[in-house]
Amino acid sequence: MAAPSPSRPDAALFDYLLRLGDDSLILGQRLTEWCGHAPTLEVDLSLANIGLDLIGQATLFLGVAGEVEGRGRDADALAFHRDAHAFRNCLLVEQPNGDFARTIARQWLFSTWQLALLEGLSTSAERRIAEIAEKAVKEVRYHADLAADWVVRLGDGTEESRRRMIDGLDWHWRFVDELFDGDPIEQPLVEAGIAVDRAALRPGFDATVGAVLEAATLPAAARPRPIKGGRVGHHSEHLGHLLAPMQYLPRAYPGAVW
Amino acid sequence: MPPAIASLDGAAESRIMAALAQVPDPEIPVISIVDLGIVRGVRRAPPAILITPTYTGCPATHAINAAVRTALDEAGFVDVPIEQTLSPPWTTDWISEQGRAQLRAYGIAPPPPGAAAHTLRDADPAECPRCGSLDTQEVSRFGSTPCKALWRCLSCHEPFDRFKCH
Repeated sequence: MAAPSPSRPDAALFDYLLRLGDDSLILGQRLTEWCGHAPTLEVDLSLANIGLDLIGQATLFLGVAGEVEGRGRDADALAFHRDAHAFRNCLLVEQPNGDFARTIARQWLFSTWQLALLEGLSTSAERRIAEIAEKAVKEVRYHADLAADWVVRLGDGTEESRRRMIDGLDWHWRFVDELFDGDPIEQPLVEAGIAVDRAALRPGFDATVGAVLEAATLPAAARPRPIKGGRVGHHSEHLGHLLAPMQYLPRAYPGAVW
Repeated sequence: MPPAIASLDGAAESRIMAALAQVPDPEIPVISIVDLGIVRGVRRAPPAILITPTYTGCPATHAINAAVRTALDEAGFVDVPIEQTLSPPWTTDWISEQGRAQLRAYGIAPPPPGAAAHTLRDADPAECPRCGSLDTQEVSRFGSTPCKALWRCLSCHEPFDRFKCH
């Protein structure tokens, strides 16, 4: 897929919708890896349900992406028949699950950011994006609450849970800056009131994160050298390993239906 | 197949709604999809049944569409399509009074009317659907389906599902 030119509004909108849909799709797929393996039944249900919500969002965003692209690709075609370099998700969501604390760290950072993003998008000038955001924001508020509860519980828990929570956060801090990066593709969409100015979300995010860390008696957020590239298709090796089992069946049996 | 209908009249709309009122929710079969509030109504022209999901990823959506299709076909509306609508989003405030009573009788604590504006964290404790006690406690924020949370009653010690205030 050629990089869309910012001068072609539909190509930019398509790319933007992939970014929104792929974030949800990849994290949703990651969370399903916990199914049957989580520490308790309640946690297993929580992670599976969050994954389900995210895959639901992805289906809607990628469905609109297919409409905008106008080449007959639906949400399934975009999810199952693109290779890793064509995915536009942030690097944070493709990180391996690690232990439960690392999964919670990733979820908390993502959901806290995504909640602010979707709140902004619920008034998008693109009606289809606004409707999805308005629907999803209520679900994501739940995700963010649940993850923050666990950050506090693990951080302010036992010596072992605290050590793991700190390790989990330390793995992920370097992927946070990418969440707030706009680029030339998004700029015209921001000016048209379709996209949210990502940089403007940072102060609110920092304040929320700071408050939860304090409640969890955890060290303040670290700002290591950031790693970026997901938005233009430069991914870690982890993404391919995630896509292989996800895409195997529809590629091995094209056109298979339930 | 009969020719496509250009529009529906009031009588047809009533017959459709009556048919849909008989369609149970696939995961909580005690409540109909009309009482659950996910049937947004009938569009007369061009004819369509408007359905909204409770949660974006709810896996029951496909089963619901299939059940609605069957009900429409049996009522003689084979060429009336089903359309998904997202806005305004579904909230628990769309559940009817009758639906709330049915949930309670089934052992699921329904959300109080107006609860959609709150989050569960700040809401009053749920009323135990078995013994009516308010001495209850959340066990897990997610339950057996996306729309429910797990609670337990500290009076009768029974666990129960609570419809998430949403």
